[in-house]
Amino acid sequence: MAFQSDNKVVKWIEYRLPIFTLLDHAVGTYPAPKNLSYWWNFGSLAGLMLVIQIVTGIVLVMHYTPHTLMAFNSVEHIMRDVNYGWLIRYIHMNGASFFFIAVYIHIFRGLYYGSYKAPRELLWFLGIIIYLLMMATAFMGYVLPWGQMSFWGATVITNLFSAIPVVGESIVTLLWGGFSVGNPTLNRLFSLHYLLPFIIVGLVILHIWALHQHGSNNPLGIDKKDSRDTIPFHPYYTVKDLFGVAVFLLVFSLFLFFSPNFFGEPDNYIEANPLVTPAHIVPEWYLLPFYAILRSVPSKLGGVILMFAAILILFVLPWLDTSRIRSAQFRPVYKQFFWIFVANCLLLGVVGAKPPEGIWVLIGRLATVYYFAHFILICPLVGWFEKPRPLPTSINEAVLAKRRPATAAGE
Amino acid sequence: MRKTILSLGLAAAVALGVPALVAPAAQAAEGVAIPKMSWSFAAPFGTYDRAALQRGFQVYKEVCAACHSMNLLAYRDLADLGYNENEIKAIAAQYEVTDGPNDQGEMFQRPAVPSDRFKAPFPNVQAAKAANNGAAPPDLSLMAKGRIGGPDYIHALMIGYENAPAGFEMQPGLSYNKYFPGHQIAMPAPINPDGVTFADGTKATVDQQSRDVAHFLMWAAEPKLEQRHRLGVQVVLFLLILSGLLFVAKRRIWSDVH
Repeated sequence: MAFQSDNKVVKWIEYRLPIFTLLDHAVGTYPAPKNLSYWWNFGSLAGLMLVIQIVTGIVLVMHYTPHTLMAFNSVEHIMRDVNYGWLIRYIHMNGASFFFIAVYIHIFRGLYYGSYKAPRELLWFLGIIIYLLMMATAFMGYVLPWGQMSFWGATVITNLFSAIPVVGESIVTLLWGGFSVGNPTLNRLFSLHYLLPFIIVGLVILHIWALHQHGSNNPLGIDKKDSRDTIPFHPYYTVKDLFGVAVFLLVFSLFLFFSPNFFGEPDNYIEANPLVTPAHIVPEWYLLPFYAILRSVPSKLGGVILMFAAILILFVLPWLDTSRIRSAQFRPVYKQFFWIFVANCLLLGVVGAKPPEGIWVLIGRLATVYYFAHFILICPLVGWFEKPRPLPTSINEAVLAKRRPATAAGE
Repeated sequence: MRKTILSLGLAAAVALGVPALVAPAAQAAEGVAIPKMSWSFAAPFGTYDRAALQRGFQVYKEVCAACHSMNLLAYRDLADLGYNENEIKAIAAQYEVTDGPNDQGEMFQRPAVPSDRFKAPFPNVQAAKAANNGAAPPDLSLMAKGRIGGPDYIHALMIGYENAPAGFEMQPGLSYNKYFPGHQIAMPAPINPDGVTFADGTKATVDQQSRDVAHFLMWAAEPKLEQRHRLGVQVVLFLLILSGLLFVAKRRIWSDVH
């Protein structure tokens, strides 16, 4: 149905380019399940963080110098001499962490409620690709201030590619633009750090397009049947999303204004020095679980393969999970394993932050094995053997059944 | 409703809990626990103590500056410490800096002006190394953010000099410091009791000087902290009210959903 308006300007534009119909379908009359919980806020929050990162990033580039001799001081110039430069830079720095917080909650929500299952597999794929590009972009961004952790992080991560047989060394030379991490490396990472966010924007548009094909999943995981199951996106979810935005920004502000270096490493306030290696080279917190997997494997190539496999395995999850039931609410066994999996991911994060010695090596290996076992063994087996609880007949009925006792008590 | 609030709380706990678990990991690796000090700038409404900053600057100027540069600071930045324009001009004028080239193509010496950066004790890293047993003293501009523990660590390091315990083997030319990772530090104990005379009459104990110089270095590393705290309080209050209004709006709009 086309968008209706009496406004002449709107009509004139709409006749030539139906952009209002497009917007109306996307965030206006778009029918959304009426039972979405607050866990469904994190998609729009991730989108908000992407916009914040792009806007602050563009302003930072106006003052930043991508040169090994000047990068570190240009960041300090932003912090000290540029009007509100400290604010822009701290938003960007903490914004990266909060972007990942939003995306991680968004991903785990999808895992809990089976949002990756048919017919949303491509929607899920696009999400994984966005996540991969986010990690690449975040890593490159971390290199730009050219502190000690920037430099050594770049050295460690680019060196991973040398594990590839035969062509590994050549690939690393190509990445570096020379024979060590240097100015050409900084320049190409800067260039790509500026490019990738716009590719992410394109993928987000595809992600939303794919989402709107079958509509949002919901906490019950059952398909919507008729108009009683849905409500228009506006005003119901616009106001709910806005409330979420305000609360999320509130938490963000607490870190931004009162502990802006909480997520950072003190070592990155020391200018890069190729002759001095920091005691512990650690990546940003959001990469730690994968860093733990990388270091848990005694062979370098094996570690690299397993690290990438840890993310790529998400692509086959829609088929590894053999249950047709989407929501873990109706899957008593999967529900337990889901929370064990979450705990295991957090544990991997802790392992990634510890020096790889003593008991941590063993814990890291066990957690790595469990990470893959969850996908390869637990997901298919639970799907086969679990006896799911009965599903409600429709979203509407489930919502009414939940409301009725409450209303009765209130009257 | 209660369930969703619980869920959000859990989400926040997870989001905040992971880094909290990870953070002490880095600290534990250093070994000795550094004493936690109470700083006037630490709290959300916290500000720098101007008198402490001026005393700390004096310690830097008369003690640390003999070996350590502060390349990111200019004399004009000292306005933050409460000095007026004339005082800053007078402080700057105590230093001779190299400028040029002039119209004849030659470099020349002139007294520093407020827009000049702090004069460094050595012209380059090599000179700094040559004069200090091969270990160049690090620049102090960002020291309070570039070490785990920040100002607490700086204070601890200053008071941490003592005789090496019996049986601890020292490399020649190094000093024992209980808070330094590895305990052997190239810098000899820099602060002496009454090594400086404070203009405000504060007794210059080692602990007092250490606290003041750590306070000053924190300001040097994070000069916009007060502005940040002020704006932060306003933003948080604004977002609290906005969240409340949006919550009410959400309840009202959703009241007809059955």
